Amino acid sequence: MRLLEGKSAVVTGASRGIGRSIALEYARQGAAVVLNASRASDALADTATAIRAVGGRCETVTGSVTDASTARALVGAALDAFGRLDILVNNAGITRDRPLTMLSESEFDEVLAVNLRGVYQCSREAVREMTRQRGGRIISVSSISALAGRPGQCGYAAAKAGIVGFTKSLAREVGRFNVLANALLVGVVDTGMSERMPPDLKAELRRVTPLGRVGRPDEVAGPCVFLGSDLSTFVTGTTINVSGGSYV
Amino acid sequence: MIATLVEARAYAAHRKDLTHRLKETLVERLDLDRHSDEIPDDCLLFGVGLGLDSVDALEILVAVESEFGIRVEDSDMQEIRSVNSIVDLVLSRQSPGENGR
Repeated sequence: MRLLEGKSAVVTGASRGIGRSIALEYARQGAAVVLNASRASDALADTATAIRAVGGRCETVTGSVTDASTARALVGAALDAFGRLDILVNNAGITRDRPLTMLSESEFDEVLAVNLRGVYQCSREAVREMTRQRGGRIISVSSISALAGRPGQCGYAAAKAGIVGFTKSLAREVGRFNVLANALLVGVVDTGMSERMPPDLKAELRRVTPLGRVGRPDEVAGPCVFLGSDLSTFVTGTTINVSGGSYV
Repeated sequence: MIATLVEARAYAAHRKDLTHRLKETLVERLDLDRHSDEIPDDCLLFGVGLGLDSVDALEILVAVESEFGIRVEDSDMQEIRSVNSIVDLVLSRQSPGENGR
């Protein structure tokens, strides 16, 4: 049984890493997917090719999630191509990891814009359609940094903590329309973003993780499928810790 | 622009129809415990008027878009405050001569 058969989803930041893995798994589970990345790239095209290779349907929309026009284009693409929008996965994110005193104002603003304002823009647009449909799922990828904090991540952690508060408030606002909002608290996962992490920090994170390793992108995709599926119809306003126990 | 008495009458009739449809939509979508005829045209939707809250605003927005086939933009949100202001918004979005669904 495919868990997302007949559903339509938008996945932001889908060209690589966790977003690519979520988009691929969604397609394998039967969802038609609109893929977003900030710009056209071979990586985005590869994700689309991989989805079609497993018999999946997808569209691509490029543009920054910080722009309302991109959010509108994403929802519009889902409606035009697939007739509805059931799931929004707010995954797009960036890091600018450095100590606070070295974190420039523009970098701080950039991190907040992509990681948090992007969630606002896309959710806002998706909620309109989901309210009309009387159902939908908003799933946002947050981080354990939101709760645990991490040196060098004042901007990133603030944005990711913002997602948690945003999600809880949204869940209260739109629950009566059967729109469910949840977030994933992701630990260190082997992606392009984590590759830029200093090796000693990575080693330390492995040491404090009960499972003794960093995660794989597909290990984030699994819980994301659960939150988008009919297995989670009574789950809203919460977070799922996907960190191998590094934050408990 | 309304130029003749005939046009003025047509406009008034169209506005009355829109107002009636909007009130019926509000009663149905928001499950209001009153008849649509009991809602004054200048009735405020939030607070002291119909007593709706911010969550109801989303329902109203979606209902207006669905019922009247318009897109409510961010800059229009301040118009979602009373029956009359919403009717004004709908009329401003309809093309000249458009008098129905």
